[in-house]
Amino acid sequence: MISDVIMLLTAAFVLIGSFFALVASIGLLRLPDLYSRMHAASKAGTMGSGLLLIALAVHAADAGVFARALAGVVFFLLTAPISAHLLAKAAYSVGYRLGPNAVRDEMADHTPAERD
Amino acid sequence: MNFAETVLDYSVNIALVILSISFLLTIIRIVRGPTLPDRILGLDMLVAAAIGFIAAIGIKTGFILYIDIAIALGLVGFLATVAFARFVLSRGKTEDDILREVRTAAEDARKKANEERKRIEKARRQEERLNR
Repeated sequence: MISDVIMLLTAAFVLIGSFFALVASIGLLRLPDLYSRMHAASKAGTMGSGLLLIALAVHAADAGVFARALAGVVFFLLTAPISAHLLAKAAYSVGYRLGPNAVRDEMADHTPAERD
Repeated sequence: MNFAETVLDYSVNIALVILSISFLLTIIRIVRGPTLPDRILGLDMLVAAAIGFIAAIGIKTGFILYIDIAIALGLVGFLATVAFARFVLSRGKTEDDILREVRTAAEDARKKANEERKRIEKARRQEERLNR
């Protein structure tokens, strides 16, 4: 019976994770400019792959696999904001501007410092 | 095959289909993406979807080793995104800048060619007049 519970839990994690990945890619396709697309890709995308890794760990039901999956999830949660921030900072300082219906540009007075 | 196994089998298959759709949508963004950072973001998302895909395949086949491949892919994807961000920074101009540069260069070349043509025409006329 415990293996049935594990299987149902795995199924739930798999479905939720793939749903998050789908939401992330729809956001990537539909949102108007680079900086808002970054929200979809780096939050929902990380959530989706993390949940799927956790599903694999739950399915294996093994301490070593669980530790590795947890390490992987923590790694993704650490690196996704870093890479998104690096890309956004590079794009903004090079001169890619916000979309036409953006309301407010907080970085407008911080003129690009390192443009060379 | 009992109830839980059936549910797991179906949900993994559904998840693979959903992840394939997610792949496709991301690839549409990469192909269409108007600027280079959009494409880099698409590649980042593609890596995340691929990690999910690998995990789903691992559940389906029962090979636990796939989790190491997923972690390695995540590492490579992070490094690729960082390298691309550095590239965007070191290129130092947007697609609009490049387009503008090319347009002004073409305009200059056209002007120069016009002047040259006029000069040649003038010289030829002068020569004809001298011959007469």
